[in-house]
Amino acid sequence: MTTVTNMPLSDLLKSFKLKTKQQELLIRVSILCLVYILAFITRLFSVLRYESMIHEFDPYFNYRTTLYLTQNGFYDFWNWFDYESWYPLGRIVGGTLYPGLMVTAVLIYRILHFLRFAVHIREVCVLTAPFFASNTTLVAYFFGKEIWDTGAGLVAAILIAICPGYISRSVAGSYDNEGVAIFALLFTFYLFVKAVNTGSLAWSLASAFGYFYMVSAWGGYVFIINLIPLYVLVLLITGRYSMRLYVAYNCMYVLGMLLAMQIRFVGFQHVQSGEHMAAMGVFFLMQVFYFLDWVKHMLSDTKLFQAFLRITVTCAVVVGTIALGLGMLSGYISPWTGRFYSLLDPTYAKDHIPIIASVSEHQPTAWSSFMFDYHILLFLFPAGLYFCFKRLSDATIFIVMYGLTSMYFAGVMVRLILVATPAVCLISAIAVSATVKNLTVLLRSKNKGVLTGSTKGSSSSRASSKALLDQSQPFQKNGAIALLFGAFYLLSKYATHCTWVTSEAYSSPSIVLAARGAHGNRVIFDDYREAYFWLRQNTPVDAKVMSWWDYGYQITAMGNRTVIVDNNTWNNTHIATVGRALSSYEDEAIEIMRSLDVDYVLVVFGGVTGYSSDDINKFLWMVRIGGGVFPVIKEPDYLVNGEYRVDKGAAPKMLNCLMYKLCYYRFGEMLTEYGKPPGYDRARGVEIGNKDIKLEHLEEAFTTSNWIVRIYKVKPPNNRW
Amino acid sequence: MKSLSFFFFFIFIISVFPFLCFSFNPESPTDRRVLVLLDDFSLKYSHSIFFNSLKSRCLNLEFKLSDDPSLSLQRYGQYLYDALILFCPSTKKFGGSLDLTAVIDFVDSGHDLILAADSTASDLIKNIATECGVDFDEDSSAMVIDHKSYAISGTEGDHSLIVSDDFIQSGAILGKTKIEAPVLFKGIAHSVNSANSLVLKVLSASPSAYSANPESKLLNPPLLTGSAISLVSVVQARNNARIMIAGSLDLFSNRLLRTAVQKAGSQDKYHKSGNEQFVTEISKWVFHERGHLKAVNLRHLRVGETDEPAMYRIKDDLKFSVEIHEWSGKNWEPYVADDVQVQFYMMSSYVLKTLSTNGKGLYLASFKVPDVYGVFQFKVDYHRLGYTSLSLSKQIPVRPFRHNEYERFITTAFPYYGASFTMMAGFFIFSILFLYNK
Repeated sequence: MTTVTNMPLSDLLKSFKLKTKQQELLIRVSILCLVYILAFITRLFSVLRYESMIHEFDPYFNYRTTLYLTQNGFYDFWNWFDYESWYPLGRIVGGTLYPGLMVTAVLIYRILHFLRFAVHIREVCVLTAPFFASNTTLVAYFFGKEIWDTGAGLVAAILIAICPGYISRSVAGSYDNEGVAIFALLFTFYLFVKAVNTGSLAWSLASAFGYFYMVSAWGGYVFIINLIPLYVLVLLITGRYSMRLYVAYNCMYVLGMLLAMQIRFVGFQHVQSGEHMAAMGVFFLMQVFYFLDWVKHMLSDTKLFQAFLRITVTCAVVVGTIALGLGMLSGYISPWTGRFYSLLDPTYAKDHIPIIASVSEHQPTAWSSFMFDYHILLFLFPAGLYFCFKRLSDATIFIVMYGLTSMYFAGVMVRLILVATPAVCLISAIAVSATVKNLTVLLRSKNKGVLTGSTKGSSSSRASSKALLDQSQPFQKNGAIALLFGAFYLLSKYATHCTWVTSEAYSSPSIVLAARGAHGNRVIFDDYREAYFWLRQNTPVDAKVMSWWDYGYQITAMGNRTVIVDNNTWNNTHIATVGRALSSYEDEAIEIMRSLDVDYVLVVFGGVTGYSSDDINKFLWMVRIGGGVFPVIKEPDYLVNGEYRVDKGAAPKMLNCLMYKLCYYRFGEMLTEYGKPPGYDRARGVEIGNKDIKLEHLEEAFTTSNWIVRIYKVKPPNNRW
Repeated sequence: MKSLSFFFFFIFIISVFPFLCFSFNPESPTDRRVLVLLDDFSLKYSHSIFFNSLKSRCLNLEFKLSDDPSLSLQRYGQYLYDALILFCPSTKKFGGSLDLTAVIDFVDSGHDLILAADSTASDLIKNIATECGVDFDEDSSAMVIDHKSYAISGTEGDHSLIVSDDFIQSGAILGKTKIEAPVLFKGIAHSVNSANSLVLKVLSASPSAYSANPESKLLNPPLLTGSAISLVSVVQARNNARIMIAGSLDLFSNRLLRTAVQKAGSQDKYHKSGNEQFVTEISKWVFHERGHLKAVNLRHLRVGETDEPAMYRIKDDLKFSVEIHEWSGKNWEPYVADDVQVQFYMMSSYVLKTLSTNGKGLYLASFKVPDVYGVFQFKVDYHRLGYTSLSLSKQIPVRPFRHNEYERFITTAFPYYGASFTMMAGFFIFSILFLYNK
């Protein structure tokens, strides 16, 4: 890509008579600027297609809290007790969230207002993720430069700017923690590698602050605090221990820990929970190592040192194990959480924590989604690893370790593809840059005089010390040209793929659904907002809405009504109670709903539109989660021969449970598709089994125009009975 | 001048307007309109004592035949009456727009109903009763017969005029004064539906009573026997509409009100039956002249403050108060009881306190908010036999401490503070020595 832009530019530059170095700088800066802008605008598809709106589920909570922060200030936000969610338990919002995202957005908002740009906080929230994606490209450039060279840095910036794996969580409107967290993650890593490379206390301090920002932004900081010790350990084992490493790690760990403990949600976990113990262990190991080094320096006798080494190492290991064992036994060190286990053992969540397994983004990743999110990077990644191993340094070891561990996690959970993306981009960039450089060196070796303008080539010829290919090979030049074109072809394919994926797959707000009509026109289903607006306008202010937890954040943010459970799944029992209510018969469910003071029940139903991620398709998870706490709910009761059906052959309990009744109430009268019987469910492609549904304790309050959201009112007890 | 008169007219309309709204006004439940539906206008005279007692208590009775084609309970969505008396047992179909659902809707919107049946009771009347949780004997010719506690009268062998003194023990329903004389009853039996928790047997038959056709020979054992038979039942609906259902229209008649009574096998002879006292007292209950409570001014305050807070903090001390009044028929009087309780409730009750009263209707309690945060409710659930059910709840969130509400320095942590400060000082000194002491 760079070689192509060079050609007309070089002519232009000649007239300005700039020195080669200045030319290179100019090109580099302009490429970075373009990449910066590109990264931003490629994420604006969703704004152009739909409107400037917040997407999906969690972003609505983030938006609501940000709004609260702008209106009430930081201290009220910090101490916010939200009684509109998790009725009647409430949620201490200030202590159970990562405030980095909200504070960042509000800071941008304040700066804009200071500069007299009267923007609404929503616009800031919508554009926060693209803005940070742009910043990430800059970090990727510097990181690439640090571990390889400027060429790799530039390619890395370009690759990460449009990589779908990153775009999936950073399109405009996707106002989620990950949006800023990936920037923070990469920035921390960059600063740490810089600190290791220079041994400078200042860089190490900067990386500690980067780590602090990451901790404030996302729970994924645990990855940093485990990867860095692992990296240090590998360096120690491979004999790459140095004073630089000692300074970088110790300063980063101690300061980073103290800073991280200032975040209320983390607090003492940072020194007490099992997930953080590796870092502490490596910290102590580092001291032992340093001490041994010093003793070795003092003792001239090798034999004596060997003996001393043996004693010290045994003592250190024994003391460490005893401390860990005591900590575990006394409960001072909390064991690993379920989420952490499920990362190490992909089958763990399925057997033990249905609430984690029920989330689609926690599923193990399919091969196709790797291909979809990485495209050619998937093939460049091993090639990049090869180049890294060929030129091992502290920095490349780091990126290799980052790449390999994050690739593993990406395989365990779909959403962690995001964490692997920067590493994959950087390593692939090394592959691209090194290959292209080698090829151009080959081309230039024959006719050096012709291609003087190629700044890229000149820098690489200086950088690469090895002449890779045998000079005597035939068709060498033609082969190199062909390979270059091949690389160019692949990269342009990558660019088209990325743009296509961004526009087709990742720019849907999922709160507004779009489909193709019979004539190829776009049909918009805005049912969610219709329903939430109805709730906001037509229900009492203190009405309690029961729904499956997926919709909790949206109901509180858009409908402004109290919900029983929401996406912050901190109380499994409460969610199980709701699951139990939805999977019981109506007269059993009404008891549960009365005990929770439920006024309205909201279900999402896709039978009319063919929207497949509706409550009927999620229903088995409600049964599983409900049954996990209340054994009266048994999954086999809802299945017929292990099969989940809603038609005539469905299990009797299924046909009469509350969820079925609420979804299919009056649906039996409806003709959804020409040539099909009434009550034909388009999402599942069957005619429903129970068309004559009578509701006793609930009444239909509102159904949106496409029946996607249905709201029912809980009737008061019978007046005369 | 003309505009002034128009203005006065307007004021008049405004001031009259409340009286045009005929629904039960809990603030001043006087001047109530009662629609009385009769099979025959002669009932007006044969039951005049009962009607006169109602009239004397400021109730405006409006008599109509049950098949009057202009019959309607509401006009323009407003109910025209506060109560309905159905003394028309044999009516098969009401005139006008009145039907079963209209009557039930009338009750469900908070209005009172007195229903009397007898052996001629039609399906319509029985269905209304069924809707209220009372099932009349399905055998249309059956009557309550009692061969042991019948009233001794001129015609020997007629044991369908029975006497009963098995009253419900409730001062709220039947008044403070005990009904000495037994009540004469001639009519059909009903049983209360066990699924309905709101219906109460006010007057039950004796254990020897049964429901059968007195004219014919008893072939099968009767379905309704003994004290399962209810003679008069009342229902207090959840919206506090009150319903009385009697199996006998004669119960209210002048004849039975004035008859001397002697129970078979008993030497006690009363020169007047208990009917008059019974029907008067029970009609007072039905028309909310007794046992009607209202709870107002539910307040809660943090101790030492005067404004009601929107949210409490854990471990706050608070004061809770509520006023409970009873309608005496003329005005609201303080209700005095020592068993009113308040709950501080979140899924289960965390605090349960009996409220103390000052005898003027004000109930008070003060307690400490538990060390649990969440959305709590102040709940007063007061259900007493015959009284209006009071179910008050007021939602109030309880938050945890703010970051600056904890104690700044804890005595037990002084060793820790000491350690920190000595560490800081030591580090400072060490740095100076290390840097400048060569």
